[in-house]
Amino acid sequence: MQTLFSIAIDAFAYGMALFIICIGLSLTMGLMRVVNLAHGAFAMSGGYIAAYAARDLGLGYAFGIIMAVIGTVLISIPLERLLFRRIYDRPELSQVLMTIGITFCVIGITNYFFGPTLKTIPLPAELAQSVDLGFRSIAGHRLFVIASGLVVTLGLWFLIERTAFGINLRAAVENAPMSRALGVRTEIVYAVSFALAIGLAAFGGVVGAEFLPIEPYYALRYMVTFLVVVSVGGAGSIPGALIACLLLGAIDVSARYLVPDFGNFFFYLAVILIVCAFPRGLLGRRE
Amino acid sequence: MSAVIQEPLTLPRAKSRLWRDVVGVAMVAAVGLGGYVLFPDNLAFLTRIVSVALLVLSLDLIIGYCGIASLGQAALYGTGAYAAGIACVNGITEPFTLVLIGAGAGAAMGLVTGAVMLRAHGLPQLVLSIAIVQLLHEAANKASWLTGGSDGLSGMMPAPLFGLFEFDLWGRSAYLFGLGLLVAVFIALKFVVRSPFGMICRGIKEDPLRVSALGIYAFPVLLKMFVISGAVAGAGGALGALATQVVGLDSVSFELSANALVMLVVGGIGNLYGALIGTVIFMSIEHVVAAINPFHWMTLVGAILIAAVLFAPRGLSGTLDEAARLLKREPKGGPR
Repeated sequence: MQTLFSIAIDAFAYGMALFIICIGLSLTMGLMRVVNLAHGAFAMSGGYIAAYAARDLGLGYAFGIIMAVIGTVLISIPLERLLFRRIYDRPELSQVLMTIGITFCVIGITNYFFGPTLKTIPLPAELAQSVDLGFRSIAGHRLFVIASGLVVTLGLWFLIERTAFGINLRAAVENAPMSRALGVRTEIVYAVSFALAIGLAAFGGVVGAEFLPIEPYYALRYMVTFLVVVSVGGAGSIPGALIACLLLGAIDVSARYLVPDFGNFFFYLAVILIVCAFPRGLLGRRE
Repeated sequence: MSAVIQEPLTLPRAKSRLWRDVVGVAMVAAVGLGGYVLFPDNLAFLTRIVSVALLVLSLDLIIGYCGIASLGQAALYGTGAYAAGIACVNGITEPFTLVLIGAGAGAAMGLVTGAVMLRAHGLPQLVLSIAIVQLLHEAANKASWLTGGSDGLSGMMPAPLFGLFEFDLWGRSAYLFGLGLLVAVFIALKFVVRSPFGMICRGIKEDPLRVSALGIYAFPVLLKMFVISGAVAGAGGALGALATQVVGLDSVSFELSANALVMLVVGGIGNLYGALIGTVIFMSIEHVVAAINPFHWMTLVGAILIAAVLFAPRGLSGTLDEAARLLKREPKGGPR
């Protein structure tokens, strides 16, 4: 019972961390039709900035998160201008190649500056201790990740369903030329969504660092996981991404607890089965 | 899917094309033999290039001729390598039989991979290819009683080639055997991609709707190409196993798949010569730079990829074609 409970909490927190990182990827993929394999690289740079700010500068966890989000978005702007913008209407293979290239470069450069060792982001005392819920105690960090995930979910839902920006965004996804004709500045919508996606990736990279440790190969190691989540959930669908994250998080964490010597075998088996059964993702839209 | 535009083939040019192919194959063989003469101390590395070249050729069949992006081609290569290795450990030691076993196992895996991957399109398809290679990687790691796990499969004792030439430390017979295999496969693939079947594959890549309007059901055609591709990759894997007499987990890894894709892109997608050129260039640079610092090598590969997408979408071979055409002052898309 104790094991089952801790598996469930870990799986839920892990799924939420995945969700924060992946939802941006899912949105940009659904919106701009860009297969961005470099998304993990942005999450990683968020983690590195936070580690630098919180550990080397001693500025604290909250400030580290803010620095990470702002810094990563600032890094992404020139990349978007110079590189991403050129592949928006190129075939998928070009997008895959270009973004893998960016990922490789980021890994090499990160290692050059920060070295191959693992970077830890020191948790503040409130998150490091465990919280007593009356019948069980949970690590405070897990609760924080779950809460962040819920806030991100609700915030995105509100942004997309209840604001003028959300209406423009949905219109641009549905039919970009028509929304342009109706006066929607799609390039601004795209730019804001791209920045939002990158900022969320950086945020997720920081809060998820306990599950996905920050090191130079982060960008490549978890790239597959992020892509899997998006294609299982269906690109562009928030509920789809949420279900996919929780489902795959549950499979991954319980496989790690119960059959650790199989590695990721069951995770990938589940992925193949799900994608074969739902080639467009669980809640993907029809083309 | 790919930006490669194939010019329509006209019948009167068939003869000159055949002549060009003969010259091309002769050049491949000549370059290979030149490597044998010039680098007698590096034959093990050259054999590895030949083995990986078969993998890249097989990837070209899928990406270049069918337009299906795959980041899991090493699944086919590794299956061939493990099949040949396991057969060799268990007493089948004749080299040609081992290559056939590798090719057969690769083809079977190609059938499975193709059947799974063709379920989806776009990103989910790419994810399926990655998931398959990762699944096989984990399976090979777990089944250590069969595959040696993370230690690798060792203890292979291949019999001498034709009963005469041993697979010795200097790797002379391994290299020449591999080169012969590569040339034979290359000629066979030239026929495959020029055949009506190859043309249908290319048609599906360029315009799937039109091909289906012609009454052709794409799935079995593409599946057939997957099987051929699997056989080629499996033969490459078997060659690698024979030459090094070790099969490691890295032969069925995502990294090898991604590297094969980079090699193909550098050389030129949809061009069999491009696959060979890309493999030789990539692996030679890797041999030098990665020995100095593996992370610099990663940065360089990334930069090469970005540059290739931005400035040479058709790869080296395509860019060379373009340059040759400019030199001859022939209009773009004109006769070659």
